[in-house]
Amino acid sequence: MADKKRDFIDQKLQDLNNDGVDRRGFLKCMAWAGTGLVWTMSGGIPVSHAFDKGGSKSAMKGGDFSFVQISDSHIGFNKPANPDVTATLQTAIDRINALPHRPDFLIHTGDLSQLSKPSEFDTLDQALKGAAAKQIYFVPGEHDMLTDNGEQYLQRYGKGTKGAGWYSFDQKGVHFVGLVNVVNLKAGGLGSLGHEQLEWLEDDLKGRSASTPIVLFAHIPLWTIYPDWGWGTDDSEQALSYVKKFGSVTVLNGHIHQVMQKIEGKLSFHTAMSTAFPQPAPGTAPSAGPMKVPADQLQKVLGITDVNYLVSGKSLAIVDSPLEGSTSSASEKSAG
Amino acid sequence: MKSIKISKVVDLRWSAMALVTVVSLMALGGTLVSSASQSGGGSGTAHAASAGAPTGPEMEVKIDNFVFSPGVVTVKAGTQVTWINKDDIPHTVDSTEGKFKSAALDTDDKFQFKFIEPGEYPFYCRMHPKMTGKIIVQP
Repeated sequence: MADKKRDFIDQKLQDLNNDGVDRRGFLKCMAWAGTGLVWTMSGGIPVSHAFDKGGSKSAMKGGDFSFVQISDSHIGFNKPANPDVTATLQTAIDRINALPHRPDFLIHTGDLSQLSKPSEFDTLDQALKGAAAKQIYFVPGEHDMLTDNGEQYLQRYGKGTKGAGWYSFDQKGVHFVGLVNVVNLKAGGLGSLGHEQLEWLEDDLKGRSASTPIVLFAHIPLWTIYPDWGWGTDDSEQALSYVKKFGSVTVLNGHIHQVMQKIEGKLSFHTAMSTAFPQPAPGTAPSAGPMKVPADQLQKVLGITDVNYLVSGKSLAIVDSPLEGSTSSASEKSAG
Repeated sequence: MKSIKISKVVDLRWSAMALVTVVSLMALGGTLVSSASQSGGGSGTAHAASAGAPTGPEMEVKIDNFVFSPGVVTVKAGTQVTWINKDDIPHTVDSTEGKFKSAALDTDDKFQFKFIEPGEYPFYCRMHPKMTGKIIVQP
């Protein structure tokens, strides 16, 4: 386990030393926060190019679309490093509304609230009403299912969903699946999808063309990032076995409040920043509790994830943007 | 905030056959109002006691840095165990065998349970199931 910790730290240091992105490190398992890279997934091969706000707009053609992932708003949290998580959520929404292209929809990958309180959900709803998106799709985090076995979450955000709130939908030829891995967790275990949901997933994907781009999203990572801190899902292997035949699979998660990516063949894994507070890199702190950062640094470690689907290459380009700070310098370095 | 927010004591011998229901944990101006009740099980008794008026032996388990501490506790039958959350993140205390289940405990919130019957009582946090512990109750 100590080796694993060292691995993660080594990669972080390597990135810092290179003053940019080490491609090999990225492909293995990369952690970075607040860069403005565009990673284009094309035929399972990630291609990086400089992030340019104007460029992404002009590149969009008919049939292309974009959506934004936000995560871990934790409305109700009021401790260091963020006494006002509603304000940072609002800043995230402002960032979304300032994007050069209006996203077709938002995905919130859970932990909407801190304690599943009605007032917390109300505050979130109120803030999200101001987001320039036609639709918002949700999956719950463990903070959202604390009362009534998640009944309140389902009533508010899970209408028409199956089980504890899982569902799928299609957008311009891309198949999206929202999964729930935060309920009925076993003592000593990680996140869990459960038998019923896995059966549903297998059935949902069956019969779809292998050329259909697939996007899976869930709160807890569907790849094992750091089991000591519960950053993984016990039965994710089985879920991923159902997407093996597809040419392009993107997995979007939250929960760990930092950006991490891994490319494994045709699978691209990605976690988003929180809109509320950062968490430490795996193994770099005694626990996964909130990371305290100076007030003037906070917005640099919170952010949103903008995803553009370009129909021409059947590719998804993922851009992580911090709430504050320029993203162009990092991308220039990586492009060089 | 130092106020005792939750105080719930339920005799284990009755809870085994009765449904323990936390009727409400409502936030009123930042203070949780405690309430404990028990439904079913006929004449089962549930005591709602404040931590200011303890009866019998007591033991405290701290939740700190996503760890129950001490993780394994040996107590005499009749001991009231109090869990207190010292993290900035909420946790829960759930019996692995369904014998007790706390609501979400925010920072400094407490959950109490009185152990009457000798035996082993493993528990975990249902939000962060890597967090586990055990109460061993001796006659």
